[in-house]
Amino acid sequence: MNYKPIDWVDERLGTAKFTRKSLNKIFPDHWSFMLGEIAMYSFFILLATGVFLTFFFVPSSADTVYHGSYAPMDGHVVSQAYASTLNLSFSVRAGLVMRQMHHWAANVFIAAIVVHLLRVFFTGAFRKPREINWLVGSLLLMMAIFEGFLGYSLPDDLISGTGIRIAYSITLSIPVVGSYLASFLFGGQFPGNTIIPRFYTIHILLIPALMAGLLGAHLAIMWHQKHTQYKGKGKTEKNVVGIAMWPAYAMQAGGFFFLTASVLAALGGLVQINPIWLYGPYIPYKVSYAVQPDWYMGWLDGALRLFPSWEITGFGHMIPTVFFPAVLLPGVTFGLLMAWPWIERIFTKDTAAHNLLDNPRDNPWRTSIGVGVMAFYMVLFFASSTDVLANTFEVSLNFVLWAFRVLVFVIPPVAALVAHKLAVEAGSVQSAGRPRKAMVVSRSKEGEYTTEESDPRPELEFKRHAMHGDIAQSLPEESRLHGEAIEAADDGEDYAFSGSSIAAVLAEEIGERPSGGSGVYEVPRGAPGSGGGMFSPRGPSQSKEVSDSEDEK
Amino acid sequence: MSGSTPELEQELDGESLLKASERRFERAVGVSFALSFLATIGLGVVYWQGGQTQIEGALLFVALGGIGFGIVAWGKYLVPQGPYVQEREELQSTESEREAFVESFERGNKLIQRRSFLAKLLGASVAAFGVITLFPFIRSLGPQPKKMLYVTNWKKGSALVKSDGTKVHSTDLEVGGVLTVFPEGHAGGAISQSILIRPSFEDIVTKPGRDTWGPQGYLAYSKVCTHAGCPVGLYQELTQQLLCPCHQSLFDVMTGANPVFGPAPRPLPQLPLEIDSQGYLRAQAGFDEPIGPGFWERA
Ligand code: HEM
Ligand code: FES
Repeated sequence: MNYKPIDWVDERLGTAKFTRKSLNKIFPDHWSFMLGEIAMYSFFILLATGVFLTFFFVPSSADTVYHGSYAPMDGHVVSQAYASTLNLSFSVRAGLVMRQMHHWAANVFIAAIVVHLLRVFFTGAFRKPREINWLVGSLLLMMAIFEGFLGYSLPDDLISGTGIRIAYSITLSIPVVGSYLASFLFGGQFPGNTIIPRFYTIHILLIPALMAGLLGAHLAIMWHQKHTQYKGKGKTEKNVVGIAMWPAYAMQAGGFFFLTASVLAALGGLVQINPIWLYGPYIPYKVSYAVQPDWYMGWLDGALRLFPSWEITGFGHMIPTVFFPAVLLPGVTFGLLMAWPWIERIFTKDTAAHNLLDNPRDNPWRTSIGVGVMAFYMVLFFASSTDVLANTFEVSLNFVLWAFRVLVFVIPPVAALVAHKLAVEAGSVQSAGRPRKAMVVSRSKEGEYTTEESDPRPELEFKRHAMHGDIAQSLPEESRLHGEAIEAADDGEDYAFSGSSIAAVLAEEIGERPSGGSGVYEVPRGAPGSGGGMFSPRGPSQSKEVSDSEDEK
Repeated sequence: MSGSTPELEQELDGESLLKASERRFERAVGVSFALSFLATIGLGVVYWQGGQTQIEGALLFVALGGIGFGIVAWGKYLVPQGPYVQEREELQSTESEREAFVESFERGNKLIQRRSFLAKLLGASVAAFGVITLFPFIRSLGPQPKKMLYVTNWKKGSALVKSDGTKVHSTDLEVGGVLTVFPEGHAGGAISQSILIRPSFEDIVTKPGRDTWGPQGYLAYSKVCTHAGCPVGLYQELTQQLLCPCHQSLFDVMTGANPVFGPAPRPLPQLPLEIDSQGYLRAQAGFDEPIGPGFWERA
């Protein structure tokens, strides 16, 4: 076939050589690997909808008289930021969908990052050699939280204005430099009129640019190191088993972007979020009742409520009370988060590189610590609605507050203990998590009955074979066997290949010897175990480059 | 190494076997794309007609979802899924590669070190440039805090005004009433905002030295919460308490706005009041302490 554009580019950049390798790159396939993708796609949606918003949003706290299609506000003196957000919502075509999509995408974005982080944590994917990406990911989470806060501060409505006021007080509380920082950030004393334009620049330029750079690094490192995979038949520390980049993975990932976008569009069109016209414009001496920030700020709000009224004074200085829950706590949180790979190493003394993921039950200690920490932040999160809870259940605020102050210390260790117990127990059950085998009873011509174990999911496999027309070539997807472990006895059939034999058999089938490097093989199932050593990356057999002969075909 | 790549694409054989299921997926993918196409047309029409948020959302959902579902299904059920195996290349370089790197690096290093004086001079000028140019940037951002956090617009004799700027007369408030007040000329100010209360009980406990601060049963406190600065906006007449809605601090009006519940660490500063000859409320003086949340320099 004649691909003009490909020739054109290749003659100038020589792209065909290395992009071909990328096309054949193998990606392990598992639902939990899509969490990061959801985050990334939400980020793209944020960029797209955000750019739309910039065309209409006016980042200014200067007063203006609102005249627009939202009648209840007509004639009110409000800031230009607030007025332009009303216009976006009511007068710009598709404006409200875009605004609400933007806000929903922000919430989904951060939720996806957090769940993705939990996946990485509980499966031990942060271990060597992936510590750098753990750091990059943590930075991305921090920035996302800042970015979200800055974003919902922009419309200058009553709730966001109150949030900014609290942010000012938190900045002020930082020892030694707090009052300078606050004055520099706000261009003087609160509220001033520089804060909205400044937040705007940071929100639409500074942080998105940094995040785009970090995201690029995150992906490039992942690409270079190759993705981790769960343990399973044929999977080893030295290989990647999965689907090919082109076209299967590319299609699934690309399609998934559209699916994410469609869900966000449905939310943006059908589920109201941040109806700033109901909150009213920010007026510094007004405040609304039952103020609640976006969900990802909940833990901080909860901490602010629970932390006692301690304020430290001495030597002519003061450490204000909000410093502890609102500066120290997040500082320690993200500090420990980023240090975790090294903290864990102190205890495990494990300096080996890992490409096979842990099942959470394989590592009860890590799992229980993770669950305990999660429980801690969940309690803080729920503490951000002490007032709502008190009203709903008609108990005194005092009771709710003290209940939470106790729970925040009690629930995490209890949750950790339970998680530890569960993990240990699940780990001791041999068959946990393995696909069950069906027992097939067959009757012979002579009328004799025999019972046989069948494949875990024969139907599914059949479909897969059918798809690429080779019934003998597929691996059962989710079996929990170690690549290396020879578990023939256990399975009662010929799954006994160790990693090496796959390649050997494969070599027979395609009539070539597999080499090291990034060779891609289709895996035959149920190959009889034989041979060895070919998966060791620098074995003698690899000197021969198979690709050469192939290219010549 | 370029890596070996046996054909991923395979000729489909056993055609009869896969025809049926494949057709089903083909049909589903086709329907999905067609739905998307129709929804997009619909979106255009709605938009042309002036737009409607919910319908736009629903149509966008179908338009994007149709494309998404179609491609995913296509990529999952109509394309070979392997699983394929690829070997991982050794991530780290070999010993000799690393040595070669160090060697090259050192060679360059030596060339620079030969003129170490120049290198130091360069370092000094770059560092100086960095530090000095940083200053104007930071300093331009805002004024030094100086006395900013200690003062408000309340002065000796400032008349109390409402948010619309009109002066507050001693007959304006019913017993049990509250009003947000500002110093004259600064109505609506975020820092000077104060709350004027006329408690319905007599047993006010005044703090030492504040005997004259509450004429005719009027009391005024800074409205900025000492916790994180929210306006302490809710007055509960029955308990004579001010509630901050942000984190539920409670201040007891009768004992000088002492915090009695929640995270607020200090009482709300009290504004000394007087009533002038025409019956208007005025401040005897400004606040005698910084208002609002704490900061490092505050003793
Ligand atoms: C990267 C992650 C981002 C997050 C988490 C985020 C979050 C938010 C949030 C929560 C809002 C409040 C929306 C509302 O009114 O309800 C907002 C507003 C806004 N964002 Fe973003 N955003 C991001 C990126 C961007 C980008 C890249 C741009 C532009 C290039 C942008 C432009 C805007 C504008 C103009 C507004 C104010 C308009 C309005 O409030 O309606 N955002 N953002
Ligand atoms: S700001 Fe008033 S209680 Fe936190």
